[in-house]
Amino acid sequence: MSRGRFGIHGGQYMPETLMNAVIELEEAYHHYKNDPGFNAELTRLYNEYAGRPSRLTYAAHMTEDLGGAKIYLKREDLNHTGSHKINNVLGQVLLAKKMGKTRVIAETGAGQHGVATATVAALMGMECEVFMGEEDTKRQALNVYRMKLLGAQVHPVKSGTGTLKDAVSETMREWTNRIDDTHYVLGSVMGPHPFPTIVRDFQAVISKEIKAQMLEKEGRLPDVVMACVGGGSNAIGAFYHFIEDEGVQLIGCEAAGRGVDTKETAATIATGKLGIFHGMKSYFCQDEYGQIAPVYSISAGLDYPGIGPEHAHLYDIGRAQYVPVTDDEAVEAFEYLSRTEGIIPAIESAHAVAHAMKIAPKMEKDKIIVINISGRGDKDCAAIARYRGEEIYE
Amino acid sequence: MSKIKNAFQNGKAFIPFITCGDPSLAVTEQLVYAMEEAGADLIELGIPFSDPTAEGPVIQEANIRALSQGITTDDIFDMVKRIRKNTQIPMVFMTYANVVFSYGAERFIKKAAELGMDGLILPDVPYEEKEDFDPLCKQYGLDLVSLIAPTSKERISMIAKEASGFVYCVSSLGVTGVRNEIQTDIGSMVKLVKEAQDIPCAVGFGISTPEQAARMAAVSDGAIVGSAIVKLCAKYKEECVPYVKEYVHSMKEACVKGK
Repeated sequence: MSRGRFGIHGGQYMPETLMNAVIELEEAYHHYKNDPGFNAELTRLYNEYAGRPSRLTYAAHMTEDLGGAKIYLKREDLNHTGSHKINNVLGQVLLAKKMGKTRVIAETGAGQHGVATATVAALMGMECEVFMGEEDTKRQALNVYRMKLLGAQVHPVKSGTGTLKDAVSETMREWTNRIDDTHYVLGSVMGPHPFPTIVRDFQAVISKEIKAQMLEKEGRLPDVVMACVGGGSNAIGAFYHFIEDEGVQLIGCEAAGRGVDTKETAATIATGKLGIFHGMKSYFCQDEYGQIAPVYSISAGLDYPGIGPEHAHLYDIGRAQYVPVTDDEAVEAFEYLSRTEGIIPAIESAHAVAHAMKIAPKMEKDKIIVINISGRGDKDCAAIARYRGEEIYE
Repeated sequence: MSKIKNAFQNGKAFIPFITCGDPSLAVTEQLVYAMEEAGADLIELGIPFSDPTAEGPVIQEANIRALSQGITTDDIFDMVKRIRKNTQIPMVFMTYANVVFSYGAERFIKKAAELGMDGLILPDVPYEEKEDFDPLCKQYGLDLVSLIAPTSKERISMIAKEASGFVYCVSSLGVTGVRNEIQTDIGSMVKLVKEAQDIPCAVGFGISTPEQAARMAAVSDGAIVGSAIVKLCAKYKEECVPYVKEYVHSMKEACVKGK
């Protein structure tokens, strides 16, 4: 009966009002995913519009400085709009267009998914409305302006903690209001089936490219692939084509905020338990009565109390590891990568960089780590300056 | 078999919803007695949830008010125990999947049934996912109430065939909250349900005036009202009981008289 399971996780825990919408989406996706015309069009958009394939850069200074494993950076930060989010949005909006939809709605945390959605809506001539936690509209004011510039309407969400989870809730509510002409472009590998599968498939281009680039540069697969995890879309994208390659260690880096022993954390695997929320069964940060926790991270994009169902399953079966990384460690890594490689990573991606800084020195020099740099950090500069006690004007 | 069928024996049913602990559990208990006296046939007790994705702003805020006082599922069970010493009016819990799941679905359902609750409404558990809850409800004697929506179309008969207690007909698109107009052809939805199974159908979402309640009850077996009552609780707080009682009385009258 239940569809879209990853082990015990996933499913379609949605209001009846939206059930036909998600079933229709599943059918449309099933039809188009193997359609040569659809795939040719998507590949053309990836290459000509988003700038794919993204580079795999050898981080020579970082490797030398850390003195251990060789480090490569998968450069999703070089994509148009500055993050991996564009991969999924191009796929979903193209699909929505094929389904005859004329309006797209989306949630956004850091604003990267909102910007990508607004961008592709502009490209494809769709109406676009983005829901963003009020707190996040302040943390990421530049992205709010970008979305407006691209012709989207931005709705600050005041309910709850005014962050990503509330933006998701509000976008789901808006979808129940207007379904016929509207597609919900969910930004991560979460929510009800078929979203975790659709988003994963569109993001899997990341690991497909890493594999080919790695074989070309090193003639072998990497030893470790790591990525930051909120809902987990860039991570599943970086992991997917390596899941069958047991020799490749997969590490997801969660936002520990001020630490997993404090309440100000968003590390779901470290502190959450099994639950049902936002359309899926998975792990969630919650209290003993199932009330969803008001999570915290310096990174608006990782500030989410759950994790996608496929990650929950990869954790259950031991195929992937999930480690917590604090605000302090992420900020240090943000500054470190900027200084050593001339690459300013998104504060989200900096969580993965921070963990690489911990493990690379302990690894042999013939080992290889790939870090997915899911986005660029320009959007974070003002917030990091504030974190360091410096007020700057954007 | 729960007491829910009794709710549909007194003419068209009126079903009020309140959020437990808004403004306090003591007032919630008094509201139950007052609403029964005013003619309510079945009462929906909302267990607050931090992120109620099917609710509009009015009930979202009631959830926050209740949770900010530290009200828990166990506190609500204790309240039901007290209520059941004084009245046997049919009552169902309305909450979200995670509240039940995190308590332990079996532990929650067994306890609710033992305390004398009659049913459970989970708006984020559709037909496809009811396996987590429905067999347990059947085992312990609660009705898991099924919802149908204006978008359900061909799904209605599939859902209705396996429904128990009553079928909750969602009147409109969108979330809970007061609406000026209800445009859905409720009569046709009800007809599809009855073709699949002879089970009571009550209409909810957007109903606030006696005229709307009368119109909805005329084409179904009853009307459900939440946000309009929760608004009274928000406005009059500790003093809300007589206002809610008067409102429920007018709504029950309207349901019985019809349009």
